[in-house]
Amino acid sequence: MEKIQIIAIIASLSFLVYIGRLITKGKLREEYSIVWIICTAILILFSFWRQGLEIISRLVGVYAAPNLIFTGTIFVIFIYLLHLSVVLSRLQQQNKTLAQEIALLKQKKESDHA
Amino acid sequence: MKIAAVIPAYNEEKAIASVVNEINALKKNTGIDIVAIVVNDCSRDQTVQVAAQTDCVILDLPVNLGIGGAVQTGFKYALEQNFDFAVQIDGDGQHPPAEIEKLLKTMLEKNLDVVIGSRFIDKIGFQSTFMRRVGITYFMFLNKMLTGQRITDSTSGLRMLNKKALEIAGNNYPDEYPEPESLVLYAFNNLRIGEVAVEMRERQGGVSSIGTFASLYYLFKVSLAMFFTYLRTRNRRPEKL
Repeated sequence: MEKIQIIAIIASLSFLVYIGRLITKGKLREEYSIVWIICTAILILFSFWRQGLEIISRLVGVYAAPNLIFTGTIFVIFIYLLHLSVVLSRLQQQNKTLAQEIALLKQKKESDHA
Repeated sequence: MKIAAVIPAYNEEKAIASVVNEINALKKNTGIDIVAIVVNDCSRDQTVQVAAQTDCVILDLPVNLGIGGAVQTGFKYALEQNFDFAVQIDGDGQHPPAEIEKLLKTMLEKNLDVVIGSRFIDKIGFQSTFMRRVGITYFMFLNKMLTGQRITDSTSGLRMLNKKALEIAGNNYPDEYPEPESLVLYAFNNLRIGEVAVEMRERQGGVSSIGTFASLYYLFKVSLAMFFTYLRTRNRRPEKL
């Protein structure tokens, strides 16, 4: 095993541990961690299986293996960002409804006192 | 016949009291049963304290929602409290509350669901700046293209809704720059929309919710929103008007 492989494996594993800690502390919800766990798993897989990248690149017709990585990751990042925008939009809607409900309840409380 | 005067207010400490007082004066002078409802959109100034000194209902939002979210809060209150009509009036003193009478009269006479107070029918009073009028003309054409209706002042924030319209707006109202977009929403929910000539004043305090640099964003965002509202709701209308 070469040096770079060992570094990559250690980095990926620490990342995985960090994700695990975030989940246990309740700072990251499980549903949003899935994508990170899968990404880390892929990184670990290719750290062990070095020829894998070449083999897959040739399979899909990409001649320079790094290009496959760039194309693939950028695509995944875009999709994930879009997903986050959707989540954000939903949160904003929920936040708005809650704020309005609070304002109405505050008013009700005031008028009950009066 | 109960009318809710919904006043969205964000940093309007200078003008808010006179707006509320004018509404209460209107009630006294005409006998129209109208209640001023100040929706404080998390102002950073003394808006809420100033409003508390006047005779009005205060809805105090804990976070800033933008004008659409604030107005919708007022609509929800009006629905909850069983008001027959709600009229939206800006908190900056641009809309003379005395004009509410015209809106109500038009609403009842023409049997409408939504009445908009337009600056551009009689072309009197404050007419806004040239660039804004260009934008408003553009919205008029866009609205005409999408809904087939001619609304001369689609950005006007002085408008009256009956209960049927309130139910739709209370349920689903745009957050940002809601005025032109909501017209598309109303049109495709089969509401009858009309306009009446009103006179507006220049704002008495506060700053416009739309700054110079935001104008282009406004134009683009509202166009997009109108188009998507059209896509979302166009099937609700049984036949093209």
